[in-house]
Amino acid sequence: MLQIDIEKQLGRFHLHVSLDAQNCVTGLLGASGCGKSMTLKCIAGIETPDHGRIVLDGRVLFDSTKRINLTPQERRVGYLFQNYALFPNMTVTQNIAAGTRERDKLARAARVEQLMQSFYLDGMADKLPHQLSGGQQQRVALARILAGEPSILMLDEPFSALDSYLKWKVELELMDLLAAFPGTVLLVTHDRDEVYRLCRSVCVLNGGRSEPIQPVRELFDTPRTMSSCLLSGCKNFSRARALSDGTLSALDWGVTLRTTQPVAPDITHIGYRAHFIQPADATGENRILCRVSRVVEEPFATVVMLTTPGGHEGFSLLRMELPKEQWAALRNPTELYVALQPEHILLLSS
Amino acid sequence: MDWFPLLNSLRIALISTVFTFFLGILLAYYVAKLPRFCKGVLDCVLTLPLVLPPTVVGFFLLKLLGPFGPIGSLYLELTGNKITMTWYASIFAVIIVTFPLMYRTVRGAFEAFDKNLLYAGKTLGRSNTWIFWRVLMPGCTQGLMAGTVLAFARGLGEYGATSMVSGYTPGRTATISTTVYQLWREGKDTLAYQWVAVNLIISFVVLVAINLLEQHQRQKRRDLNILEAGVSQ
Repeated sequence: MLQIDIEKQLGRFHLHVSLDAQNCVTGLLGASGCGKSMTLKCIAGIETPDHGRIVLDGRVLFDSTKRINLTPQERRVGYLFQNYALFPNMTVTQNIAAGTRERDKLARAARVEQLMQSFYLDGMADKLPHQLSGGQQQRVALARILAGEPSILMLDEPFSALDSYLKWKVELELMDLLAAFPGTVLLVTHDRDEVYRLCRSVCVLNGGRSEPIQPVRELFDTPRTMSSCLLSGCKNFSRARALSDGTLSALDWGVTLRTTQPVAPDITHIGYRAHFIQPADATGENRILCRVSRVVEEPFATVVMLTTPGGHEGFSLLRMELPKEQWAALRNPTELYVALQPEHILLLSS
Repeated sequence: MDWFPLLNSLRIALISTVFTFFLGILLAYYVAKLPRFCKGVLDCVLTLPLVLPPTVVGFFLLKLLGPFGPIGSLYLELTGNKITMTWYASIFAVIIVTFPLMYRTVRGAFEAFDKNLLYAGKTLGRSNTWIFWRVLMPGCTQGLMAGTVLAFARGLGEYGATSMVSGYTPGRTATISTTVYQLWREGKDTLAYQWVAVNLIISFVVLVAINLLEQHQRQKRRDLNILEAGVSQ
């Protein structure tokens, strides 16, 4: 259980994060420079917030009104740094031993031995960090963190230093570890797929401000704000206005659309995922007549950029992703109708 | 040839380098932690001897250490001896003149050091002392060595401040640099040439040492790269 509500002014950047994370994996999702790492540093005690409170499992780590500010050493926070921060001059054993809190030499050695085994590091005891692969380095870093029995795990972009093949392998390993960890886990990332696969709930950070924490499914099925919709991977957006008859006007696409959900009067944008756009015939609801502006081939899909009646720049373009064969069967049309399913239209406010 | 000036120069440079070494590290470490404004001011003050003419440093030192200065008069009262015009007065001069070289080099090394390693040590529950000796110092050896060699070399050749606080007494306070000047003044060019040669040899050895040090580091890094490439394949 982690409760934080902190504010910090950094030059012209204002960080205001407020979230309640349960004992499960919570994703902290945001574009780079939105304050994700700064938030972790505040929790770890490396940076001091200007105001607020940080409570971990009922233990007050920081409280600006009561002038409580524990040192990083006292906080018992497991922090996995982006580059793993292994001590380059120490062997694997020495690195892991640096994380233990046992004073007794024998107990420490036994603990290190046990961690080396559970992290598949047998035979690497005397290697230096630079002699290990990226995945092995991460395992050493995790073993070192868990040696101190932390109350919380904070992982800062844990896969960014790995190439894509290794990344998947390491992710599978990490899944088991995260499932077994009893406390709160914060996973910082800018990758929606990682959030979807690894987290139970997610908090979106946008320009230094946190949005309310939500279950992961909700972020993908019914994102409520433009920024969370963008981070969930949606590629098509239009400014929108609710109309009196329950439909809405998609201003950038130049069409009127019907939705299954009631349209709230305060919506400002709508989103539509690229793989839900389908070519269709002219009759039926929510049809848009588009011109093909550009076709981009990807390894297993074809991306078609479409000019809508609203124009051919910025938000007005629609991105459609089709399986290669489906696009080939259409024989390079210059114009086509596409259908937007009412149930897939995402209603957003800013 | 009387070798006293060489011995004297070496002992002054060695002793001052020991002081400069620890002072430089200590101040570089604490100044880096200060708030920005204090850091700026202190940084200027500590670097000042690098840009001031050594004679100005010598002037201030004479005001402090001279028989009428606060330190000099106290020393005179306690021991009955003057500090100025002794060989060890030069140590003060050389420490002050070489300090900025050590301080700046070490500070550069500290600033270039990966901060995440320090943070990792803290979150793992390690004391700041442990982090300093076990993580920061081993990671900055190259900077420390470079600073030390530079300070030593500069200390060996110091002339301005040294000549003011220690003067030139053959066999008592003469250093290589003051000897060369004195010999030239007296028109003893042959002897002066001999000391110039000694000076050249020392400078050459120091420069070769620095180059070897750098080459060694570069070679080590190259070996690491090859190893790393081998591991990731």
